[in-house]
Amino acid sequence: MNAALARAAGWWTILCIALEERLVYRGDFALGTLMRFLPIVTQIFLWWAIFDTIGHGTRDSANIVGYSFSNMVAYYLLTMVSRAFSSMPGLASGIALQIRSGEIKKYLIQPIGMLEFLLLSRLAHKLAYYSVAVLPFLLVFSICRGYFVDGWPAWDLLAGYVAALLMSFLLGFFLEASIGLIGFWFLEVSSLLFIYMLFNFFLSGHMFPLDMLPAPWDRLVSMLPLKYLAYYPAAIFLGKVPREELIGELWIEAGWVVFFIVTARVAYRLGVRRYSGYGG
Amino acid sequence: MATIEIEKLSKSYWVYQKQEGLRASLRGLFRREYREVRAVREVDLTVEQGEFVAFLGPNGAGKTTTLKLLSGVISPSSGTARVMGHVPWQRENAYRRRFALVMGQKNQLWWDLPAQESFRLHQQIYRVDGQRFQQTLDELTRLLGVTNLLHQPVRELSLGERMKMELIAALLHSPDVLFLDEPTIGLDVVAQHAIQQFLKYYQQKRRITILLTSHYMKDVSALCKRVVIIADGRLHYDGSLSGIVDRFSGHKVVTLHLAEGQAFEQLARFGTLLEIEPPKAKLRVARRQVPSVMAALLSAYTVDDVAVEDPPLEDVIAEVFSRVDDVAVDHDVRQAVFP
Repeated sequence: MNAALARAAGWWTILCIALEERLVYRGDFALGTLMRFLPIVTQIFLWWAIFDTIGHGTRDSANIVGYSFSNMVAYYLLTMVSRAFSSMPGLASGIALQIRSGEIKKYLIQPIGMLEFLLLSRLAHKLAYYSVAVLPFLLVFSICRGYFVDGWPAWDLLAGYVAALLMSFLLGFFLEASIGLIGFWFLEVSSLLFIYMLFNFFLSGHMFPLDMLPAPWDRLVSMLPLKYLAYYPAAIFLGKVPREELIGELWIEAGWVVFFIVTARVAYRLGVRRYSGYGG
Repeated sequence: MATIEIEKLSKSYWVYQKQEGLRASLRGLFRREYREVRAVREVDLTVEQGEFVAFLGPNGAGKTTTLKLLSGVISPSSGTARVMGHVPWQRENAYRRRFALVMGQKNQLWWDLPAQESFRLHQQIYRVDGQRFQQTLDELTRLLGVTNLLHQPVRELSLGERMKMELIAALLHSPDVLFLDEPTIGLDVVAQHAIQQFLKYYQQKRRITILLTSHYMKDVSALCKRVVIIADGRLHYDGSLSGIVDRFSGHKVVTLHLAEGQAFEQLARFGTLLEIEPPKAKLRVARRQVPSVMAALLSAYTVDDVAVEDPPLEDVIAEVFSRVDDVAVDHDVRQAVFP
């Protein structure tokens, strides 16, 4: 019991210190938080033009594979939320850099796990981000509430949405951490990361709703874990996941989370065995 | 039982040999040549509790690799080591809570936050209770004179101040064994002296075991009674600092002050002339020839003053290192080609 409490106290301290670190550079933090909204504006304008063209000037009557213009805007706003949970900027490249420079030593000599430490630091960064971004998020959603034509989902879907979001954070973290840990073998993972980001961009649903894909690609993509990073939480919120499939899908997502937790842990263990103390 | 017991410890690794030029780079995509670096070779060493031992050796001698092995950062190719009964590379938390490693060129503190925050984190990681943490912190900051710097971001501290903070972070959990890898590298003489004094006081007071690597002989002579020379991955000497001269130097330095009007030209026949600054001259003379050379000198010259001394320690050590380097140049280098 005492050991568990001491561990929790340690986690809490890491969380607080990582939070403090995040707030040191106030200007950069504020700018980074607010600028997150810019890409979505450009995407909305792009789809605006597409729907206008298809609807011959009346975009509200146009429809692309079951998506109206309102559905599309709502979808993008929701994927923005998903990605705020699941994206891990700098995680994989940071791990590879620490391996290359030898900084990783500190996790080997101190009684703390690297993955546990990085997870808590990342959680702190997300908390700091949300505590500031919640207001602009509310403002944007309030302005755009008209695009959510079906209103709020039922409570069970909402609960599924929150669960999918929380798991997308863990999935994003352990997936990127696994890529970063490949640095134990390749030292440099930037090309690998570029390929991953490319696939992530298209296959997570960040670029377009995945149910727009024709067969057999839709089935293929739905078997990959990437859809849980952006598309899937948004699809639950918009009622595009049949209620009877929700629990099963959430279990599959949980399975992927466990798979990448195990992958990252095994990669770390094997990598440390291979590690020869780069960086003097 | 000794605190540190090392037996036939070896560490080798393969290093990619990149040839110069674009063509070689392209060839390297398919076929690479590697050279085996034998960083540590069958080192045997025993260190008792409370000893302060210096590791001396040229760059690339294997000193830091040995410290990395003992702190569990890397695993050996062969051999065994036990520190306080633990096998370091098993990285048990029970072991990690009892030692610390400080590397002069690596920063373990949070760069953008005051050192106090890193110390708070160390308190939790090492599970030091609040009262003991505060007492230790107060004592260490007072001894190192950094009490007023605790709330300043680490990035705004000078190199010397940062090293003091690194030492505090390493000692907050009161380790029984401390590994120091060039802790005074790059520091000015004032900061070097302050850290030396602190280490000396702390080690004597707490009787902890310290292994130190340093290129500064002043660090070594101020702190360590026992010295280990490592070169080319092998242990070449294990004994007292003064014993290095007896063991490795076959010469003495004779300094003569000749009376006015004496000719210096013939001095070279008594030994190797090191320096002439009339009326003073320095000669290097083989240790066993010193009595006969002195008798000959005193009968051939009118001498105002004479001194027979051991050569400076730095010179002896440099000579030892260069001898080892010469032997190592063509030493059983293994090469291999891997895809």
